[in-house]
Amino acid sequence: MSTAVRRDPPRVPGRVPFRAAGFSAVWRPRTALVIAVGLVVLVLAMAVNIGRGEFPISIPEVLAVLAGGGDPGQRFIVLELRLPRSLTGALVGAALAVSGAITQAIARNPLASPDIIGITWGASAAAVAVIVLGGSAGSVVGLLATTGLPIAALLGGLVSAALIFGLAWRKGVQGFRLVLVGIGINAALVALVNWLLIVAQIYEAARAQVWLNGSLNARGWEHVLPVGVALAILVPAALILGFVLGGLQFGDDTARGLGIRVDLTRTGLLLVAVGLAGIATASAGPIAFVALVSPQIAQRLVRSARPPLGASLVIGAALTVVADVVARTAFGGVELPVGIVTAVLGAPYLLYLLVRQGREARA
Amino acid sequence: MTTIAATPPGQPRARPVRRSPLRRRRLVGLLVLLVLLVAACFASVALGTKIIPFPQVWSALFAPTGTEDDIVVRALRIPRTVLGVLVGIALGLAGALIQGHTRNPLADPGLLGVNAGSAFFVVLGIYLFGVTSLLGYVWFAFAGALVASVVVFTLGSMGRGGSTPVTLALAGAALTFLLNALVSAVVLIDTDTLDAYRFWNVGSLAGRDGSIAGQVVGFLAVGAVLGLASAPGLNALSLGDDVARSLGLSVRRTRVLGIVAITLLAGGATAACGPIAFVGLVVPHVVRAFTGPDHRWLLPASGLLGAVLLLAADVLGRVVARPGELQVGIVLALVGAPFFIALVRLRKMVAV
Repeated sequence: MSTAVRRDPPRVPGRVPFRAAGFSAVWRPRTALVIAVGLVVLVLAMAVNIGRGEFPISIPEVLAVLAGGGDPGQRFIVLELRLPRSLTGALVGAALAVSGAITQAIARNPLASPDIIGITWGASAAAVAVIVLGGSAGSVVGLLATTGLPIAALLGGLVSAALIFGLAWRKGVQGFRLVLVGIGINAALVALVNWLLIVAQIYEAARAQVWLNGSLNARGWEHVLPVGVALAILVPAALILGFVLGGLQFGDDTARGLGIRVDLTRTGLLLVAVGLAGIATASAGPIAFVALVSPQIAQRLVRSARPPLGASLVIGAALTVVADVVARTAFGGVELPVGIVTAVLGAPYLLYLLVRQGREARA
Repeated sequence: MTTIAATPPGQPRARPVRRSPLRRRRLVGLLVLLVLLVAACFASVALGTKIIPFPQVWSALFAPTGTEDDIVVRALRIPRTVLGVLVGIALGLAGALIQGHTRNPLADPGLLGVNAGSAFFVVLGIYLFGVTSLLGYVWFAFAGALVASVVVFTLGSMGRGGSTPVTLALAGAALTFLLNALVSAVVLIDTDTLDAYRFWNVGSLAGRDGSIAGQVVGFLAVGAVLGLASAPGLNALSLGDDVARSLGLSVRRTRVLGIVAITLLAGGATAACGPIAFVGLVVPHVVRAFTGPDHRWLLPASGLLGAVLLLAADVLGRVVARPGELQVGIVLALVGAPFFIALVRLRKMVAV
C-alpha cells in the first residue's frame, strides 16, 4: 500500500489511484458517500440539537447563524449557549470512534475498544473515587465537582493506559498481549468502581451513576477547547500512521515483509488511541458503546476489511449528537445522560447490520 | 496422547508403553487441581469472621453436638462452600465453552448477554415488582439470562451460514451494552432501585443459604453434562466451521448444544451469586497452559480451577476484611487481575 512504486504503477481495476510522495490511495466511492452522508446527518442533528430548548430556533435559522447571519439574540443563544454542547458531543464522539477504530484494527478483534481494554474505566474509577471519597471527606466537594472531576478522570485514564502499556511491554507492544493486559486491568477497575458504589452513601452513588453514563449537560467553550485541540493534533497523526493498518492486518511477519516498521507505528497508533479516549472521557464521561460500535458500523457501511478511520470518525460524531438530541427530547422533562441513548440507538443498528449482511450474502 | 506403533502381522499387538509427557502433565495438573479444591473447601469451612480450628471443623462435620461452632459450620459455612464450588465449576466451564465456541480468547460468559440480561431483569423485578430478597432475584436473574442468550444467539445466527464467532461476539456485545444502558436508565430514575441493585451487582456468596444452591443445582448439572458432551465437537469446531463440517460434524447442532450449556451454567451461576466476572475469562487461559487446546481436558480442568479460584477468593475476602468481608466478585478482580497479567507476560498466550 505505502510502497512507492517508481515504475509503471499497476492499476487497481475499477478504482482510480492517487499517488504522491510515497503515499497512495484509491478513490472509494462508497467511503466517500458514507462520509458525506454522515457529515450531513451530523450537521442536521447539530442544528436540531441547537434549535431545541427554552427558546426554540428553527433549523434554517440555526444554519443561517452558523453560516454567519442571524440577529444578535439568536447569535448569542446559538454560539455562546448551545453550540458548545453539540460541538463537545461531536468531538467526543469522533475521538472515541477513531480510538476504537485504531484499537480494533491493531488487535484485529472487534471487541477491543477502549471501553473494554481499561482506558475509559481508568478515567471512571478516578472520577467515581473523587465523587465518593471526596464526598466523605466533605470539604472540597464543590471545587472538585466543577474543576477536579475532568482532571481526575484524565489522570485516571492516562495512569491506567500507562499501566497497561508498561505491563504489556516486552520488546515492543504486541496487539493481542496489550488487549489481554487491558482486560485484566479493566476487570480490576470495574470491581473498584462497583466497590466504591457500595461503600458510598446512596446520593453519592446516584451522582456517580450519572457521571458513569456520560453526559453533555452544561458544556461551554472551555470544554470544547481541550477536545478540539487534542483532535486537531491526534487525528492527523492517526490518519498518517493509520496508513499502515492495512498491512498490519496480515500479521506481524507479513507486515514486516511489506516494509512496515511494525513496533514503531503500532506504538504510535496506540498512544494516539489512548490520548483520544482519555481526553474524550475526561470531558464528557465514559459515553458507552460509541468507541465499539462506530468502527463496526463504518466497516459494514463502507464494506472494508477493517475499521476505516475517516468513516468511523464521522459516524461516531453523528451517533453521539443524534443520541444527545434523543436524550434531551424523547422523555419530556426527564433528560437522560447521552451515554444511555448511544447504546440504545447504536446497538439495534449494529444488530440490524449484522442480520442484513447475512441475508444479502445468502440471497 | 498415546502413539500407536505399527505392529508386524502375526505378532500379538503390543500395547504401546510410551506415555507422552503431555498426557502425564494433564493428569498431574488435574490431580493438583483436585487437591487444591479440597484444601480450598477446608479453608472455606474453617476461616471467616470466626476462625474455627481444624478439630472442631472435623467434629462439626462428622459428630455434631450442637455447639456454636457446629451451627456456624453446618448452617453457614457448608452451604456457602457448596454454592461456591457449584458456581465456580459452572463459571469455569462456561468460560472454556464460550471461548471455544466464539473462537475468541477475549470472550467470557458475560459475552452472550447473560450478566446484562440477568441485571436487567433483576432491576425490573426491583423496580416494577418490589422484589428485594435474594431468593426472589434468582428467578428474575435466570429468566433474564435465558432471554438474553436466546436473543443473542438468534440474532447472531441470522448471519451468513448460521452463527459465526464474530457475529456472535458482536451481537452479544451489542445486546450487553443495550441492556446495561436500560439498567442505567432505570436506576437513574429511581434511587431506591439503585440502592438494592448496587449490592446485587458486585457478586457475592454471602447471605446465600442452602435453598439458593438447591434452586440452581439442577440447571448447573444439566449444563455441565451438555457442556462436557460437546467437547469432541468443539475440538472439530476449533479447526474452523468449514473443516468441521467436512469432518462430518453438524456445526449448527454443536453450537446450539454449546449455547444451551453456557446459558444454563452462566445463567445459573449469575442467578445464585450475581455477576462474577473474570473467572470465566481467566481460568481457561491458565488451564490451557498445561492441557493444551484439547477441550476434553480443557473443560473439566477449567471447571475445577474455577471452583478453586472462587473459593480461594471468597476465603480471602472474609479474611482480609474481618470482621466484615469483601465481596468475592471484587476480590476476584483485584487479585485475579495482577495474576492474569503476570501470566500474559510470562507465556505466549495461545489464541483459541
